[in-house]
Amino acid sequence: MSDEPTTEARRPGQPVLESKVDEVGRGVLREILESSWVVTLFAVVAALVLGAILIAAADQHVQTTAGYFFARPSDFFNALGSAVGNAYSALFQGAVVNFHGTTFARVIRPITETMTVSTPLIFAGLGIGIGFRAGLFNIGAQGQIILGAILGGWVGFTFHLPVGLHLLLAVVGAAVGGAVWASIAGVLKATTGANEVIVTIMLNNVAVYLIGYLLTTPMLQAPGVNNPISPPTPPSAQYPLLLGSQFRLHLGFVLALLAAVVVWWLMERSTLGLRFRAVGANPHAARTAGMSVAWVTVWVMAIAGALSGLAGSAQVLGTETSGLTAGVAASFGFDAITVALLGRSKPLGTVLAGLLFGGLRAGGFAMQARTGTPIDIVLVVQSFIVLFIAAPPLVRAIFRLPTPGGPTRAQRRAQKRAARAAAQPVTEEVQA
Amino acid sequence: MKRTTRIAALAGIAALVLSACGQAPTGGGSSPTAGGTAASNFRACMVSDQGGWDDQSFNESGHDGLLQAQKELGVQINAVESSAPTDFVPNVNNLVQDNCNLIIGVGFNLEAAIHQAALANPDIEFALIDSSFSDASGNPVTIKNAKPILFNTAEAAFLAGYLAAGMTQSGTVATFGGMQIPAVTVFMDGFYDGVQQYNKDNSKSVKLLGWNKATQTGSFSGDFSNQAQGQNLTQGFIDQGADIIMPVAGPVGLGAAAAASDAGKRLIWVDSDGFKSTEHGDIIITSVMKEIGQSVFDVIKNAAAGNFSAEPYVGTLENNGVGLAPFHDFASKVPSELSQKIDSYKQQIIAGTFKVESQNSPK
Repeated sequence: MSDEPTTEARRPGQPVLESKVDEVGRGVLREILESSWVVTLFAVVAALVLGAILIAAADQHVQTTAGYFFARPSDFFNALGSAVGNAYSALFQGAVVNFHGTTFARVIRPITETMTVSTPLIFAGLGIGIGFRAGLFNIGAQGQIILGAILGGWVGFTFHLPVGLHLLLAVVGAAVGGAVWASIAGVLKATTGANEVIVTIMLNNVAVYLIGYLLTTPMLQAPGVNNPISPPTPPSAQYPLLLGSQFRLHLGFVLALLAAVVVWWLMERSTLGLRFRAVGANPHAARTAGMSVAWVTVWVMAIAGALSGLAGSAQVLGTETSGLTAGVAASFGFDAITVALLGRSKPLGTVLAGLLFGGLRAGGFAMQARTGTPIDIVLVVQSFIVLFIAAPPLVRAIFRLPTPGGPTRAQRRAQKRAARAAAQPVTEEVQA
Repeated sequence: MKRTTRIAALAGIAALVLSACGQAPTGGGSSPTAGGTAASNFRACMVSDQGGWDDQSFNESGHDGLLQAQKELGVQINAVESSAPTDFVPNVNNLVQDNCNLIIGVGFNLEAAIHQAALANPDIEFALIDSSFSDASGNPVTIKNAKPILFNTAEAAFLAGYLAAGMTQSGTVATFGGMQIPAVTVFMDGFYDGVQQYNKDNSKSVKLLGWNKATQTGSFSGDFSNQAQGQNLTQGFIDQGADIIMPVAGPVGLGAAAAASDAGKRLIWVDSDGFKSTEHGDIIITSVMKEIGQSVFDVIKNAAAGNFSAEPYVGTLENNGVGLAPFHDFASKVPSELSQKIDSYKQQIIAGTFKVESQNSPK
């Protein structure tokens, strides 16, 4: 067990296995990933309650009625109820079903919008989740999405290929774009020990300016146009619409679900996934067991980048087909980090979290249009969710949930029963 | 320590309780009718660009026009903000669902979203600020229910360039844009021409940093939100000797104002009258104004009266769609020959005897 000591004296030129920052980060990550789904649920509830308070506070009618609260409190509570009720009802109807829709298409349109918006979140969230489980903080999904969109879009509008092949090539292009971009950070980390957090954040900025620049060059800019926009994606390179032209939902969503299955298989069933998880759990042990930590780092980043690149394809080949612009990635790369955290970095969790965030976003548009509630509330709710899941003890304290690691109620009952069956004095000890 | 906190908390609660002791209004919650005009059934709606309604620039100007229409015409309004380009399509779709009669998109970025929605909803009227419509291969098209609202800002920017060249002490002025798009570079073209014209008239050689009209290259901050970038660019210009800077980048100009303020340099604001809309009135010589608010109001007024037309609106010096703001604090510092010269150019441009040409002007 010994030609490679775990707390090694580093030879010059040999990369750092794990810095102090990494160690602390890993601890925080473990805390988040290992808390139970109950905490997640309550985090969402608590965030919605806080969001409701903000909606009420920002509502003008509530403010006026609060001015004469003691003269007629019922006004205040009515105003409060209608402000929050209307906003959340609009949010729900904008995200799931629209009860006021005149046609069936209008009734179910919101849920399809939710699925559409969640597509890039799921893709990128899966990639980031793999990184988390391998102990890598990949903050660079934003840049990887942009690179995926650049390459995918470029393949889309540059080549004229038969239907099917064209889409396939564009999708592969997007994945390669993201993978290459992420691999830069992976290779740097593996060879020099450069912190991936910093490198990926910086690469995000590089990507933003790169696409801004490319959109002024003939490579991306549409001919005959002064505006920074690429030619539109031709139909042969677009994801086919799943439910006809009335809806924006496209094949990318199905692909995202498939990706979740593949990621599950990769992480839970394959040797590669085992290595990823081993390095994530303890890089020293993994190295002692003969795994190449550097090699795993590069692989993880490449796969994560490919998934983020696919998120870019969901934009440029799916919803934003009228031409690639510098804002193609919106804030999906950053939202996906929260999606991965909320989903506990597990594929199923990520899909569900992606749908939740997609729904909040899609519903937010409707909430803003119908009740005038600023869409920023959605961002606040999302942020609160993350804040709460990042601080499980806080949620447990608010909702009086049991502490993990400590005995559960069932365990405590069983202990008591066992104690009762045994001799009387032992009970005292167990309880103490 | 604990005691103080407790007292503070008590005082806070007392303040809250007291403030909640007002009189209840009698007669229930009747909403006041706006401006005395009869409420109209016409519903005018607006989607912002990424800047949002409080950008102290073109989104805000457009929104002001909408609010003015609500107040003076009694039309119903609905305004939604976008935070990313991916928000445009859902926002426009939600307004369509909200039974809007007229939907106005603020900014060229909304071209695709407004274009698609206009084709899909022929019974709804649309308008788009700062861009005309074009098909997939970039050829201009006319959509019968969509009106482009455009501004030939080069005319007003020319006057600003002339003024800046006349006012500079260091002999160097500068400009930069948010993004290299026609609605931005049209300002810079006019500014460039104004500086050149001043040099020609007075045999001077005032230098312009940040834009070259001939090669169409110059400095851009990259977006319309990153104020730090505007501050950096402006600091760079100041280091190269510029003492008057014209940022054409919406809220990014606030970063420029911060840098100029620190260095004791001056600005020319754009879109709205910066003396009124920003806190930096003391360093703003003038503003190249684009009367977006007025044009929005006019379009709503016509549409509400049933006179919508798809004919593009083009703001010029002649119709007061663009113009130079008053000098405010600088009124006494601008030499009278200079301001007379600027006035005479204004009249010549209006009369058509002097032409300000820019490839980025709306056609």
